Amino acid sequence: MKIKSIYIVLILSITGLLFALANTTKTATYELVDDQAQNANDDYNKMMDVLTHQRCMNCHPSDNIPKQGDDSHPHYFGMARGKNDHGFEATNCNTCHQSENNLNSGVPGAPHWALAPASMAWEGLTREEIAERLLDKNINGNRSHDELVKHMTEDDLVLWAWQPGVHANGEQRTVPPVSKEDFKKAVENWFANGAVIPSK
Amino acid sequence: MKISLTVNGELKTVEIADENTPLLWVIRDTLDLKGTKFGCGKAACGACTLHVDGEAVRSCSYPVKFAEGKKVTTIEGLGDRENPHPVQQAWIEEIVPQCGYCQPGFMMATAALLNKVPKPTDEDIDKNIINVCRCGTYYRMRKAIHKAANLQLEKENNQSKEL
Repeated sequence: MKIKSIYIVLILSITGLLFALANTTKTATYELVDDQAQNANDDYNKMMDVLTHQRCMNCHPSDNIPKQGDDSHPHYFGMARGKNDHGFEATNCNTCHQSENNLNSGVPGAPHWALAPASMAWEGLTREEIAERLLDKNINGNRSHDELVKHMTEDDLVLWAWQPGVHANGEQRTVPPVSKEDFKKAVENWFANGAVIPSK
Repeated sequence: MKISLTVNGELKTVEIADENTPLLWVIRDTLDLKGTKFGCGKAACGACTLHVDGEAVRSCSYPVKFAEGKKVTTIEGLGDRENPHPVQQAWIEEIVPQCGYCQPGFMMATAALLNKVPKPTDEDIDKNIINVCRCGTYYRMRKAIHKAANLQLEKENNQSKEL
């Protein structure tokens, strides 16, 4: 009788063990989830490395004053946002900035050169706060994710960051720390994966 | 390549080797209009300011290719001795210039301002007239800008009465 009970207990234990093993998530599954999260973070970080670089940030001021240079000093001559993000009535962005860089004078240029709207002020914000603003349709120009991807990967003024021309002294302006191609992929991937802000 | 543009009301066609040549060089050296001055060459001082389709631009940093088919006005086209523009008249009456080198740029910037803001405040002037004068004639220029605004309004009123 004792031996029979031991067998029953043993069989139940083995069955239970097998059942438990069958329903236990494999280590490899955890690794896959971690990879996905890591990739999403990589895309987000690459995107943010660009958005927080001076070539982008200088025209997303929080004080309505455009910035210049890698030290982000206030734009010379008292230039400011003015009406329509385009400077003042008779002295506006296009008084000096044209639709392409001027390699003789060092004045940068690109199509529709202007400050980003005040609602898209990023200066002084954390990466998470910038991402939240970017995604908020109430302040991003009512742009959907698809429209944001298009804006960030195709707009000439955005992509100017990788062709910023030269300073007045002839030296090349610095470019963001991520290549244009990698930035485009990162933006596309991040939005395709749901535009998740990692810290949230 | 050939570039056609209207300068002070006259259609001009110029043969140019490099389309990125500053408009300033074409105005001064090709068309021999010496009133517009070279100052810094970096679009910073404003001595080279002229109008393209009514907008003030810094011509030292404006490739001539962008002027194709457009209307350019220089200080010579603003007015003349017999019929000065209100800005030129005000500049004479307030005896603004000292050395005078930068003044055409200031006058062109002012004319552009008055077209947009007929009665500018001091704040409007501070925001829009940001050229550089090494003689420091800013105080007299401010008076002249206010006077020019009044002269221009008087002129427009007189013209409307004549109609």
